[in-house]
Amino acid sequence: MANKVLMKGNEAIAEGAILAGCRHYFGYPITPQTEIAAYMAKKLPKIQGTFLQAESEVAAINMVIGAAAAGKRAMTSSSSPGFSLKSEGLSYLAGCDLPAVVVNVQRGGPGLGGIQPSQADYYHATKSTGHGDFHMLVLAPNSVQEMLDCAFDAFDLADKYRLTVAILSDGTLGQMMEPVDTATKESGHAIEKPWALTGTQGKRLPNLVNSLYLMPEELEATVIERYKRYALLSEKEVRCEEYFTKDADIVVVAYGITSRVAQNAIDIARKEGIKAGLLRPITLWPFPVKQLMDLAQKASVFIAAELSMGQMAGDVELAIRCQKPVLRCNRTGGMIITPEELLQKIREATTLHEQTE
Amino acid sequence: MTVVFEKTKGLTDASMHYCPGCTHGIIHRMVAEALVELNILHKAIGIAPVGCAVFAYNYLNCDMIQSAHGRAPAVATGLKRARPECIVFSYQGDGDLAAIGTAETIHAAARGENITIIFVNNAIYGMTGGQMAPTTLTGQVTQTTPYGRDNAYSGYPMRMSEMLSTIDGAAYIERVSVDSVKNIRHAKQAIMKAFQTQIDGKGFSLIEVISACPTNWGLEPVKALDWLREHMLPVYPLGVFKDSTSREVMP
Repeated sequence: MANKVLMKGNEAIAEGAILAGCRHYFGYPITPQTEIAAYMAKKLPKIQGTFLQAESEVAAINMVIGAAAAGKRAMTSSSSPGFSLKSEGLSYLAGCDLPAVVVNVQRGGPGLGGIQPSQADYYHATKSTGHGDFHMLVLAPNSVQEMLDCAFDAFDLADKYRLTVAILSDGTLGQMMEPVDTATKESGHAIEKPWALTGTQGKRLPNLVNSLYLMPEELEATVIERYKRYALLSEKEVRCEEYFTKDADIVVVAYGITSRVAQNAIDIARKEGIKAGLLRPITLWPFPVKQLMDLAQKASVFIAAELSMGQMAGDVELAIRCQKPVLRCNRTGGMIITPEELLQKIREATTLHEQTE
Repeated sequence: MTVVFEKTKGLTDASMHYCPGCTHGIIHRMVAEALVELNILHKAIGIAPVGCAVFAYNYLNCDMIQSAHGRAPAVATGLKRARPECIVFSYQGDGDLAAIGTAETIHAAARGENITIIFVNNAIYGMTGGQMAPTTLTGQVTQTTPYGRDNAYSGYPMRMSEMLSTIDGAAYIERVSVDSVKNIRHAKQAIMKAFQTQIDGKGFSLIEVISACPTNWGLEPVKALDWLREHMLPVYPLGVFKDSTSREVMP
């Protein structure tokens, strides 16, 4: 029998991480992600783990660097303004090829912005995370169950590819409650980390975790090696979900909480006889390029719906090589797209579709 | 043939890149010797800073990590919490520890993190070519205080050991110098004491080492040591600023 528990999205992330074997959490309070820290503060000390409230976001991500370098599964979580501060550490994590998990429960920006849900950190998560050539693998859950599942999977992915896995969530997903099945998860897989800092124990040469290479040839080689791993995960780890896309003339592309709104809008559109469907990227990086290109062979209009001024929309256009028009449906600053607003955009797309026929 | 002197196993065979008269080499050797003499080299994890001593990871013969400028105490915190059985230390300069990393330093001390910091204070930024540090003396000429450090304009020298000694979590804080054989011998004992503090689980230990930077001070090595004695030691007096190592360890 399924063991369903009613949980907040933020708590589900924390529980998923614990199930994955994460025993080291470092964070700094910020709304709307604080329940993650609160959950960890309550649970980790009882299972020989470490919860530590750092003096800043900067310190927290560097504590994650330390624990990750020691070979342990470690994470931090924050919300948008906190992620600006973590950029430095995220770049060092990449430069040092350390596996780590970070969670961004997004709120409106820029600046102090607001505390209502947002998806305006898409660029930051997928393109401009920090200085230098690197990427994070970015997961975008759309339910409380998936918050737990993504957190659970994130640690395996991070260890496997030696990179940071980011969970890009938002204030709605973080705060809402849904039933969650926790019983399906085995505890996380241990993986050998011969590079970890454990002290030599007098049995091996010293290990070095480092991101400094003064010889440009050497630095270039490390970046190229990293990008080979990125190519491999772009091939193997892309995740997305399709909803009524088989015969779709109009494809809405939306992730996270916006994809839930999109499902509502598409259900109404279908009742009106409009052949609309949804492609929901679950990995935002790597982006489901192939799946979108396949859809572009049949569909005539795309709609990028997101809680930003259109940050993902450009990736949709790139994915389909601008073969079809990509309309925008945006709210920002903490405002949520309503099903009616998106439905209006779908109707607009239908007119465009009819013109192309 | 009888061996009368051997290089410590705590140092690798790499030749150091430091300038003539730089005291980093002496401090590296003292740290390495302390790790060997306390029999902790095999479980040591060191943190190299951003600055001249970044290549400490090539010279110290133990597990090492290079951290972002100023962040070493936070990285050390993560390492020590993840591997409490290891001996975790950072090696940091004055810009690293007292400017960009002030918060990390103070809060690691406030938490009583069971780590050891070797803090090298030479009153200047070395690697970037001699800019003003928080520890730069009043009137001292640097690249960014070309008319001498003016207190009214760019503030006063910071005394980190004195500041840290007010923090309850700090267990052992001492300022030493490497300007003379006598002081070097004493500095080695202080570094040993700091590591012993960590071995005993007593909490945060920091040794501030007053050090010379002849290149960026624009002085010959011997004159640089004279300058250190004449100008730095009056502002940065040597001594033990905090010793609560006799207090009971919390279970």
